[in-house]
Amino acid sequence: MTITRRKFLGWIGGAAAGSATIAGTLAHGASNKEFKGYPNSFGVLHDITKCIGCRKCEQACNEINTMPAPEKPFDDLSILEKERRTTSTAHTVVNKFISSVPNSSNNVEQNKNINGDASGNSIALYVKKQCNHCLEPACASACFVKAFKKDKTGAVTYDASLCVGCRYCMVACSFNIPTYEYDEPLTPRVMKCTLCLPLIQEGKLPACVQICPREALIFGERTELIKQARMRIQKHPDKYVDHIYGEHEMGGTSWLYLSPVSFSEVGMREDLGTNSAPELTAGALSAVPIVVGLWPVLLTGVYAISKRKEKIAQEELEQALAAARDEAEEITAQKLAELKKKMTKEKETAVKTEVKKVLDEAAKREKAAQEAKADASAEEEK
Amino acid sequence: MGLQDTIKNRLSNNELIKNSLMKSNLINNPLINKIEWTPLNIITAIILFVGFILTIARFFGGLGTVTNLDDNNPWGLWIGFDLLCGVALAAGGYVTSSACYIFGLKRYHSAVRPAILTAFLGYALVVFALNYDVGRPWRLPYPIFYSPGTSSLLFEVGLCVFLYLNVLFIEFTPAAFEWLGLKKIRNFVVGLTMLLTIFGVVLSTLHQSSLGALFLIAPSKLHPLWYSGYLPVYFFISSMFAGMSMVIFEGSLAHKYLHHKMDETHLSESDGVVLGFSKAASFVMMGYLGIKLIGLSIDNNWHHLFTSWGLWFLFELIGFVALPAFIYAVAAREKNVKLARVASILGVLGIILNRLNISLVAFNWQLPLDQRYFPSWMEIAISVFVVTVGIVAYRLITAYMPILYEHPNYKHGDDSKNKHGHQED
Amino acid sequence: MEQVFYTLQDFMVHTKGITYLIMGGLLAALPLFWLFLTGRDEKNKTF
Repeated sequence: MTITRRKFLGWIGGAAAGSATIAGTLAHGASNKEFKGYPNSFGVLHDITKCIGCRKCEQACNEINTMPAPEKPFDDLSILEKERRTTSTAHTVVNKFISSVPNSSNNVEQNKNINGDASGNSIALYVKKQCNHCLEPACASACFVKAFKKDKTGAVTYDASLCVGCRYCMVACSFNIPTYEYDEPLTPRVMKCTLCLPLIQEGKLPACVQICPREALIFGERTELIKQARMRIQKHPDKYVDHIYGEHEMGGTSWLYLSPVSFSEVGMREDLGTNSAPELTAGALSAVPIVVGLWPVLLTGVYAISKRKEKIAQEELEQALAAARDEAEEITAQKLAELKKKMTKEKETAVKTEVKKVLDEAAKREKAAQEAKADASAEEEK
Repeated sequence: MGLQDTIKNRLSNNELIKNSLMKSNLINNPLINKIEWTPLNIITAIILFVGFILTIARFFGGLGTVTNLDDNNPWGLWIGFDLLCGVALAAGGYVTSSACYIFGLKRYHSAVRPAILTAFLGYALVVFALNYDVGRPWRLPYPIFYSPGTSSLLFEVGLCVFLYLNVLFIEFTPAAFEWLGLKKIRNFVVGLTMLLTIFGVVLSTLHQSSLGALFLIAPSKLHPLWYSGYLPVYFFISSMFAGMSMVIFEGSLAHKYLHHKMDETHLSESDGVVLGFSKAASFVMMGYLGIKLIGLSIDNNWHHLFTSWGLWFLFELIGFVALPAFIYAVAAREKNVKLARVASILGVLGIILNRLNISLVAFNWQLPLDQRYFPSWMEIAISVFVVTVGIVAYRLITAYMPILYEHPNYKHGDDSKNKHGHQED
Repeated sequence: MEQVFYTLQDFMVHTKGITYLIMGGLLAALPLFWLFLTGRDEKNKTF
């Protein structure tokens, strides 16, 4: 056997995707096909079972970002009765969900006692909502001026000095996080959580994590947080659903969540899939250069063919015209010749008759002269 | 069909045009210089005035004062109608010019200029309307010249729309040059026709499809019946019959109001254009229905058909694609121009419905009703204002420039000798 | 110029940026090559 299966496959691969082998040899590590995100980037683990809905994180966020004070103070917990989303003046919000799933966990029991608003089998759960800082951010993928960037710390940053205000980032974000300053006439910005990047760069914790009184938020390296989360699930399988939200959602997020009930029950979508935003658009984007490369060739070809057809039609028309002309000329020549023939014939007969006439006349005259001669001689004899 | 006959026709046309030119100079220019207060003109004036006021409100009060947009619904009517519908309905430009110049359908020649004009105005208005919608419109050149975000499909759309607007402008200039009597530069631009046409088709293919691809990034927000990996293909294919329907529709309007502006060539060719485009649109629509079916099948979305969303989806496809396709087919078979015009109205409405469905109706379909978007009257008024600006510009340009007739000095000839002969006189 | 990309997003911005430049080049080069290709043909343009 000269051709091994391996060799054969190698050929096929080389023919079908020549670029794959090139990419494999020339581009190293992270620049290859799989991108694992920035190594040692940070994240936050939000353990929903531990959150008590005190809204302290909201307050800290408001202060660190020097936002205007809200209508109702942060210690007014009645606001939790209605589900909220992030706004241009609130980068984070805490929502309350009543879950009917019975759970024997001590921690949840404690929550129940604290808040005293859960009855029977239902429990109250509190979930903090803010930018999840995707590993492959949809907002960055969608932004046509590179205003969003994934920082090496894990934060997804926004540069208002580039923003045009098209709001495609808001369309793109599966978590409905970015907000817009609609009432700002001249300098509207997209607003969202910054993961307190300036604090992180100073070696401090994000404001919400700092203030959390129940350790419902833990800041750390994302890989470590995943390990930590797995450990918690393993230790308390009765307390947590076996799912770390954010580990794979939309390609993975820097914020991770643990929940005692299915995430859809606490207002988090479980149907987002694991494809990141750049993966969703990669196909359409890669079709673009191919169209640019092939369309002109194809269209020029069609143009050339239609031109060629036109030329042939024109030539055929001319040929037909020439042929018709030739035929007509031939016919006229023939006719002319016939006419000539006829004419000469007629001429000949005319000459002949003329000659005959003349000859006849001459003969007549001769005859008459002879008769006259004979008459005269006869008279002399008399 | 002798060559001489066509020349003779052209010559007699020449005189006709000269006459009509003289007539139009006598009759029409005063109409424009001194506005006659017909009901139509009064309505136009009111719309323009309201638009002007709302423009001030938009730029001094911000988007919040005039729109119903919010954090969940960042794109409203100005994107759904002005951008998506505007671009789709301006597709007549690339469809007609490619049919005439690339595919060699010379009989559509008289339809090219009106189509290019509509397309140019359409794209110009899209960009105009974008200035209202984006937060900081003076930064609109940023994506192309300052900080290109190449991973974004919106960048692709922006770049193509920018380039195509320029292409359309150049394609349109010969009419202006003829009007101004700039023979040399006009002939130079006309020499670029082929290049511009191919460039235009490439750019149109890209941005028409990319407008659909904009929504690929949000599978969780668009209803599965409308979301599909084929969205770019759907947008591109539907732009073809959108363009053709618009050419027919706009033609019927022009025949009603600008009949006196048309020369004999235009009039004699226009029925052929209508019927030819009917046939083409009908077949492309059928193909579109086919690929929509394939989209349903490939994502296994059949079960959605039996929900209320499914009914709405079928209403769009049957009422505004299948039905006009069928009417177009009958019109083409029976050579019935009037019927084709009826179908074109349905076709145009169908495209508007489709684009609004994708950008507004089926977008954010999971949100509770009180969080859904409905445009404010001011958003609608601005959109009406933008369309009105387009109509006024169209009327002004067709009144002065050789759009619906060929300029007597620059006749399009079947062979170059003919053309030269005319250019020299 | 070996560049390491940690996210698909950065990789795409980079590669698409270069690809867009190539596209521009192609669009300029193809018509020029067509002119070279048909330079000796009879002229029969009619528009």
